Amino acid sequence: MSKPVAVPALPLAPPPSLWRLFLGFFIMGATSLGGGVIAYLRTGLVTHYRWLDDETFVELMAISQSLPGLNATNMSILAGDRLRGWPGALLGALGMCLPGASLMTAAAFAVGVGGDDPLSKAFLHAIAAGAVGLVTVVGVQLGAKMLYEIADYVFVAITIVLVAFLHVSVLYALVGVGAVAIWWHRPRKTGLPDAKDPEHKEPAS
Amino acid sequence: MKQLLDLAGAFGYISLLTVGGGMAAFPELKHLTVDTYHWVTFPELMHYYSLGQLAPGPNMMMVASIGAQVAGLPGAAVVLMAFILPTGLFTFGIGRLWNHLDKWPWRASVQRGLGPVAVGLVAAGAIVLARGALTNTLTITLAVGVFALLMLTKINPAIPIVASGLVGIVLYLI
Repeated sequence: MSKPVAVPALPLAPPPSLWRLFLGFFIMGATSLGGGVIAYLRTGLVTHYRWLDDETFVELMAISQSLPGLNATNMSILAGDRLRGWPGALLGALGMCLPGASLMTAAAFAVGVGGDDPLSKAFLHAIAAGAVGLVTVVGVQLGAKMLYEIADYVFVAITIVLVAFLHVSVLYALVGVGAVAIWWHRPRKTGLPDAKDPEHKEPAS
Repeated sequence: MKQLLDLAGAFGYISLLTVGGGMAAFPELKHLTVDTYHWVTFPELMHYYSLGQLAPGPNMMMVASIGAQVAGLPGAAVVLMAFILPTGLFTFGIGRLWNHLDKWPWRASVQRGLGPVAVGLVAAGAIVLARGALTNTLTITLAVGVFALLMLTKINPAIPIVASGLVGIVLYLI
């Protein structure tokens, strides 16, 4: 039989009403437990609601990841805008953030009440240790996607030393190392051969 | 009022540094909320961050906890707006410009160049968090265990993190 991974190209659903859009993002925002919200967004937007095709989703994800801001929030803004313009962007981001933000606000009051209890302290210390493991995995996965050559690893190392050991502000590291890294990967004329000329050969370097 | 303005300024600034994920801004988050403004202690910050990993939605909604602890519900609202609005507007604008930027040769350079910096910032954030959280054999074992489990399996990350917490409670009671 044919490969099960092949997704049949179902026609897209018509853009949702603003209320349906808010509700959809709210449900995704409330059910995406344990991080990896992007996977939940893809399942929801592409597979379940069929509001976006996979190609558009991947394109929006590339934008989200290269801009400041949280990935899931950026995705909600971009997808909401594609579906219903700026009100869609606003309600998409609101729906995505509201469940988690409400819970964490409630958590602050709960910790304020019971935070000195030694049992909850033992619990919180232990989940902080678990979170270190999770964050390291996120870093490794991001690295697998973003690092291609030795120079990239050098930029990673410089950033780590500056921020974690020399306590340089994240802003200066981002702007300083970022500028050098962007310049390192600057557009080179030879990298863009004339597409109309199939005989064009890159000079061996 | 002054406090709400400080909250807005600090979290608006921190949000601009979240390139590659919320963890990238963690060292600056610690510097401002713990060392500069004394809104939370470092253990409190770590606890909120870890609880935030268990909450649904974007993983940095824990900023609302800090706002709520400092200034109640208005604090939470101000922090959330400051954290989401500036980068949100920026993303909205770039999203509309993106197709025009397609022909801009530096676009790929920016993406390729910021990638390694984002990885470095997330790693630095992990190191800062680890310095506070990994204080004894138990916590180191838990961190390594969660790391190995998540690298080797497709398990939902919330499960091993909650399990870590339960291990902490059980060992405390023994």
